[in-house]
Amino acid sequence: MIDFRLTPEQEELVNLARKFAQNEMRPKAAQYDREEKFPRDLLEKAHGLGLLNLRIPPDYGGLGLGCFDECLVVEEFGAACAGMTTTFMSTSLALRPILVGGSEEQKRRWLPGFVERPLIAAFALTEPDSGSDAAGLGCTLRREGDDYLINGTKRFCTNGSQADLITLFATLDRTKRDKAICAIVVEKKKTKGLAVAKDEDKMGIRCSATSELVFEDARVPAANLLGREGEGFKNAMKTLDNTRPWIAAMGVGVTRAAIDHSLDYAMQRRQFGRPLIDFQATQFKLAQMAMEMEAARMMTWKSAWMIDHDLRASKESSIAKAFASDTAMRATTEAVQIHGGYGYIKEYPVEKLMRDAKILQIYEGANEIQRMVIARELMRSRGG
Amino acid sequence: MNTVVCIKQVPDTETKVKVHPQRPALDPEGVKWVISPYDELAIEAALRMKEKMGGTVTVVSMGPQRVEETLRTALAMGADSAVHIKEDLDVDAITVARILAKAIQGLPRDLVLVGKQAIDDDSGQVGPALGEFLGVPSVGIATKLEVAADKKSAKVSRQIEGAEENLEIPLPAVLSVQKGLNGIHEPRYPTLPNIMKAKSKPLKAQALKDLGLKPEETAPRTQVAEMALPPPRKAGKLIEYETPQEAAQKLLTLLREEAKLLQI
Repeated sequence: MIDFRLTPEQEELVNLARKFAQNEMRPKAAQYDREEKFPRDLLEKAHGLGLLNLRIPPDYGGLGLGCFDECLVVEEFGAACAGMTTTFMSTSLALRPILVGGSEEQKRRWLPGFVERPLIAAFALTEPDSGSDAAGLGCTLRREGDDYLINGTKRFCTNGSQADLITLFATLDRTKRDKAICAIVVEKKKTKGLAVAKDEDKMGIRCSATSELVFEDARVPAANLLGREGEGFKNAMKTLDNTRPWIAAMGVGVTRAAIDHSLDYAMQRRQFGRPLIDFQATQFKLAQMAMEMEAARMMTWKSAWMIDHDLRASKESSIAKAFASDTAMRATTEAVQIHGGYGYIKEYPVEKLMRDAKILQIYEGANEIQRMVIARELMRSRGG
Repeated sequence: MNTVVCIKQVPDTETKVKVHPQRPALDPEGVKWVISPYDELAIEAALRMKEKMGGTVTVVSMGPQRVEETLRTALAMGADSAVHIKEDLDVDAITVARILAKAIQGLPRDLVLVGKQAIDDDSGQVGPALGEFLGVPSVGIATKLEVAADKKSAKVSRQIEGAEENLEIPLPAVLSVQKGLNGIHEPRYPTLPNIMKAKSKPLKAQALKDLGLKPEETAPRTQVAEMALPPPRKAGKLIEYETPQEAAQKLLTLLREEAKLLQI
């Protein structure tokens, strides 16, 4: 009934992802972080190996793997560099609304290109005045003949400045909140009136591009609308339900890296004539990190498994996301502590892990929102 | 261009190896198994030839059940088919070559590639011995390979002491691959779609009796008497001194009398 073994194919998948993450991503992580260098070269390489956009169904040329498989890959990526992982996975996130709400024709039009070429997509929901309150969008769209005209600003849009395609959420009428939100695909090159205002200078995941996009009478064909008018909010929520487990998986990966570095350091660093690992204070820290990582991984796997079996997983994926990202934050903070002064300087990798971990608690639904979802689901179980 | 590549499954270089508690052999407990790196380069060389000239790549390996994973990895890299000689034998390189030669004989081949040595026992003998058993020329530690368009001959370079030897050989032949052959320093990663496809590629398992080998032909010719890890390095000696002259004098005495490195 319960089986925690991976299939031989999943073992191979993990092997390949680990090889790529450790040999290609990890050696460049510090430099790309320092220079805020967008990892296009690595994205192209990962794409060439078939490691990206795993969930595009075979009908559109993809491998059609599951959420669980994707989580396995993301843990490996996350253990190497959360910034690169965020970059790679944001395309997968941005394609999800097409899979959720797109017509057959739309899927055929946009998805195969992402299998054939290392194209980049961006998911544009957040705005200057609308973050956790996602229904309060101010970016508008208005029908004009065969087109929609889009006006407004999107903020913190991962991959925004680099994307070939943007899945945009905008409203027909702000006062109607979630009922008026639409999802529409914006092909960047074909769209006049769309400008990249800036890329943010961030605390962590610095190699990823976090952009501000400005739409001024940007004209997009009505044929690009996903589903019907007013179905956008539902689409966004379904998308995020579906992608939360891999944020959790990234948290597990970051935690794993924190443990790996700390263990290496504690075994080799000597104080008071003994290696640090001989002190119970160090041992207990590492044990706690390992316990939490194991729990986080199990939660991640369970929520991903539920999604792959079409089970309602709002609560479980929120639990996994919040717990795994909180775990990553705690574990990376402890990793810096174990390293002492060396943990605080950039020559050692743990300070980057700590900076990177913070965003996992914030993006893709802040952990406070996750807790609201969890509580709502608890109340629902009592008919609330 | 049909190429056969013989590969060996070895412990990953990062594995901390241990000696088996009962036998003079490696303890397989906790070992991560990989394709020997030079064999991986041989696969890469074969795949590049296939991409250039067409034909097939067949990988062959001997060992217990776990070797199948190694062969699947080679198939995922792009090999067309695999032969698994499913026998768990502790035998010498010559006997291995005799068995491999039998398995290879029926396969389509213009060329047989092996890594120049396996990184576990570093014997480097399988390539040359295979040439003998197959009755074809063999070139060891090859650094360059250029197959003629008619696939009847090849120009090969090999490293020799302080120089490079350039040869022209008739095909089929056996070549043992050195790192850097035709500029190949890294093997390719198997791509994910190819990993999926590898599941359905032919992998044939054979036993020694299927190869028509008699037990006496595969009896080991050498026996490992003992296996031990290298002795741990002794801690260095710290010279205590008051003046540099004294330090130098003490060092000189130690080098002469303890290390016996100096005769003066």
